[in-house]
Amino acid sequence: MLIFALSRLLRAFITIALVVSFAFVALRLSGDPALEILSSDATPDAIAAFRSAWGLDDSIGVQFLRYAQAVFAGELGHSMRDGRDVLTVVAERIPVTLAITLPALMINIVIGIPAGVVAALNRNTPLDRILMAGAVAGFTVPSYVLGFGLVLIFSVWLGWLPSGGSQSWINAVLPVFTLGVGGAAILARYTRSAVLEVLTQSYVRTASAKGVPWRHVVERHVLPNAAIPTVTIIGLMVGHLVAGAVIVESIFSWPGIGRLLVGSVVSRDLAVVQGILLLVALTMVIANMAVDLLYGMLDPRTLSRRHK
Amino acid sequence: MALVEIENLTVTFGGAPAVRNVNLAVGEGEAIGVIGESGCGKSVTWLAALGLLPGHVAIDGQVRLAGEDIRGAPPKVLDRIRGRRIAMIFQDPASALNPTKKVGRQVTEVLKLHRGMGGDAAWAEAKRLFDQVGIPDPAERLKAYPHQLSGGQNQRVMIAMALAGQPDVLVADEPTTALDVTIQAQILDLLKVIRRDTGMALVLISHDLGVVAEVCSRAYVMYAGTVVEEGTVASLFSAPSHPYTRGLLAALPSLGGPVQRLRSIPGSVPHPNEVGSGCPFAPRCDEGISFCQRASPPLRQLSVEFRHAVACLRRHSIAIGDMVEVAA
Repeated sequence: MLIFALSRLLRAFITIALVVSFAFVALRLSGDPALEILSSDATPDAIAAFRSAWGLDDSIGVQFLRYAQAVFAGELGHSMRDGRDVLTVVAERIPVTLAITLPALMINIVIGIPAGVVAALNRNTPLDRILMAGAVAGFTVPSYVLGFGLVLIFSVWLGWLPSGGSQSWINAVLPVFTLGVGGAAILARYTRSAVLEVLTQSYVRTASAKGVPWRHVVERHVLPNAAIPTVTIIGLMVGHLVAGAVIVESIFSWPGIGRLLVGSVVSRDLAVVQGILLLVALTMVIANMAVDLLYGMLDPRTLSRRHK
Repeated sequence: MALVEIENLTVTFGGAPAVRNVNLAVGEGEAIGVIGESGCGKSVTWLAALGLLPGHVAIDGQVRLAGEDIRGAPPKVLDRIRGRRIAMIFQDPASALNPTKKVGRQVTEVLKLHRGMGGDAAWAEAKRLFDQVGIPDPAERLKAYPHQLSGGQNQRVMIAMALAGQPDVLVADEPTTALDVTIQAQILDLLKVIRRDTGMALVLISHDLGVVAEVCSRAYVMYAGTVVEEGTVASLFSAPSHPYTRGLLAALPSLGGPVQRLRSIPGSVPHPNEVGSGCPFAPRCDEGISFCQRASPPLRQLSVEFRHAVACLRRHSIAIGDMVEVAA
């Protein structure tokens, strides 16, 4: 168990290190921040001064070593735009993004799982077909189309909800819904097939043969087993939400991490972009670990299989 | 009155009859065998009787438990019969047990449902049952998951689970097929001991004639969804009358005598869709007459004493004279 935990931590570390290094190199190769951040009529002297101030004159290798050293010391650098500490800049956006991603994750789970279970238990009935048609629509429509569509309907035509901003919870309704729908649809489909798979298992018939009422067969025997593959998908949902947040925050001008990322990429604010990517990588790794942990709790076979 | 009577049971999967007009009876405390190769409808008969088949399967006929028809009874009624009056165990114990629940919990679930036991009392009773079915160190094993037990132990858990409801009948669907030969013998012995101790009736579904001969007093031979022969095991084995039963017996390897190639019945069981109006065995039968292709023979009594009956025109013709020969 200890070896397992250590090897997972090592893998997590390598994953994060790879993401950070790749981002670092790709960003340095993608354009000169000095030209983006300084105004277009900046003098060559000003540009040179900017470069040397941010250490951009050194080779990529030297820059990377310096950055890595700083990261290990807990220092993520400063924004090139306003000189503020990256940790502060990113940290103040985290709750803003969580304010729409967490409710969206709840929508994923609260709509997706029951829809999948109901569809599976009513397989090939009109109810199943309606739910699955909805799910197909839900995940084939990209969030930027859905987002604009919702703005058009609820903000422009009906005037019920604001099309952007972040003044109150009402501004969050459309972003949360846009972000939550796709994931709910994907989760519904995976849950349905997981439940259908379990329903064909011999132990479900055993439970009925024992005289367990059908409702309890579903609750005690079908769902706990169907939860195992479903949890994996919920883990993947986190990545889906992070990616979705970038688009949705841009559409609805929601001032979270996603919009900060887009803005920082556009202005080549390297330290901020790197800081955000580090955060995203960390989030993904933690989500994966949480899934592994849940897996171990849901499926007693997991641990012994690893020991073999 | 027999404990369980199945009358004219017909089970149809999407237009294809998997079981046709099957009649079976199990007396109180009796051990009967249902013999046949895979796909002949022996399991389906009992799954249908207990309402364990999916809803789209059409089931016709009567299934009486102590005189009361339970075929197509509402779930509420069936839930009080399944596991309580009629318990069933299955072929592959490893997949028949829930992989994410401790085996002890799976046994206490039955105790709670059918005997209203909970908590420590249920756990103690589960321990006693594990002891009864010969699981060593029952207190520890109760806490194990199925994947931590061997196939034989899992089948013992299944049997313990079946016994938990104190049923009148245990339907054992190929209980030893998935197990090693040495374990098979142990499980059969266990079933015999339990029958002796509890007096419960047993329905042993098996393709293995030896298994049935060892445990049962009476047996039904099924072929392509119909009963082709029935009788006491002694009578069936000493005077097999249906060509199929004889083929099955001839296919058994003999312990004495010279080593020879195993005999087999040429051909295979027809798909339910392909069974015509004639005798289902006719295409594979080496004794068939042309009339066999035309009409499906009913079961006819050969011996009242041995409850021996056979569904074969050739046997009927011998019994009732040459009428059929003439007709053919």
